[in-house]
Amino acid sequence: MPLAKPYLDVPGTTIFDADQARVGYHLNMFCMSLMKAPNRERFKADQRAYLDEWPMSEDQKLAVLARDYNRMISLGGNIYFLAKIFSTDGQSFQNAASTMTGLTQQEYAEMMLKGGRSPEGNRSIREKR
Amino acid sequence: MARITAGVATSHVPAIGAAIDLGKVAEPYWAPLFKGYEFSKRWIAAQKPDVVFLVYNDHASAFSLDIVPTFAIGCAPEFQPADEGWGPRKVPVVKGHPELAAHVTQSLVQSDFDLTVVNRMDVDHGLTVPLSLLFGQPKAWPVKVIPLAVNVVLYPPPSGRRCFELGKALRRTVESFDQDLNVQVWGTGGMSHQLQGPRAGLINKDFDQRFLDRIVTEPEALAATPHIDYVREAGSEGIELVMWLIMRGALAPTVKQVHRFYHVPASNTAVGHLILENPT
Repeated sequence: MPLAKPYLDVPGTTIFDADQARVGYHLNMFCMSLMKAPNRERFKADQRAYLDEWPMSEDQKLAVLARDYNRMISLGGNIYFLAKIFSTDGQSFQNAASTMTGLTQQEYAEMMLKGGRSPEGNRSIREKR
Repeated sequence: MARITAGVATSHVPAIGAAIDLGKVAEPYWAPLFKGYEFSKRWIAAQKPDVVFLVYNDHASAFSLDIVPTFAIGCAPEFQPADEGWGPRKVPVVKGHPELAAHVTQSLVQSDFDLTVVNRMDVDHGLTVPLSLLFGQPKAWPVKVIPLAVNVVLYPPPSGRRCFELGKALRRTVESFDQDLNVQVWGTGGMSHQLQGPRAGLINKDFDQRFLDRIVTEPEALAATPHIDYVREAGSEGIELVMWLIMRGALAPTVKQVHRFYHVPASNTAVGHLILENPT
């Protein structure tokens, strides 16, 4: 019997469950390697060459090079691992988060200052239809 | 005998640590947040706990996907601040309490809570930001810390019920330890926030305020909240709030609330903070 996954009904959200973790293992372990300063330097010097040291899918590598965080998440990335990439880039968590929302950094920052994104209309895909 | 005198709940947003480390606490964006912790700093200076059980989650710092323990207890004499991608925070080394940690581990496993023992572990912002919020920027932390790391990264985290029961068991085992120690339990993380996907930036003040009410007055009922409710209502990362239930379980059924604070936003996150005292 398949596992119940009620969270698949939450819009704009990917829950990092055991299936996602299986798909994203190497992508996330590449991210983990960026916790060491010498690895960050090597990655910054030649990103493609560094990525090619990891048994990741081509799609995963292209998503990293494009800094497409939604795509990385759909390919098994977890945000706390992916944070090592934007930290290496010197980008703040808020600015990285904004890139996933379709808002500009400025618009996203203003939304947060005004109290954040409302849960109204954002709880359920079924409810939205 | 050791006794648990109080519980503290607080968010542990990394940007708060950066604001402290970079001297930005008086800036207009940050000042209202740090004002909410002024009472807490005076309170902790008067309380002088010997040991803090600090319940937090590792954010892919000490634990990669190679090993993912649901509950891990730090039994080492010390823990270094982790390099999370921009160099370690320049905060003091965290000193543990290996004797109490060993006592607690042995008796918790015998009480059916199978903790993973960790003797080498760097500690990330999840643990060091709460210390900075309560103690500021001392040369050495004025307290021993036993890290209790809870998996909330790889779904599913432990249930709220499981966390609450672990807190209760923790209280029993601490109170059977033969040294005269003033022990606090801190639950960290939350409140509502989502850091990923098109729904990033979700904040739910109503949910958070109700959670702050209920964790004081009806924690047992609150502990029954299923994971999907946290995800829907408080964001995918709001599920960190289950860790507050370990803190609450470690306190008496009726507690005295001495401080409550709520602020939006810190970066992507709603910040909540409670101080609860056990009856003497």
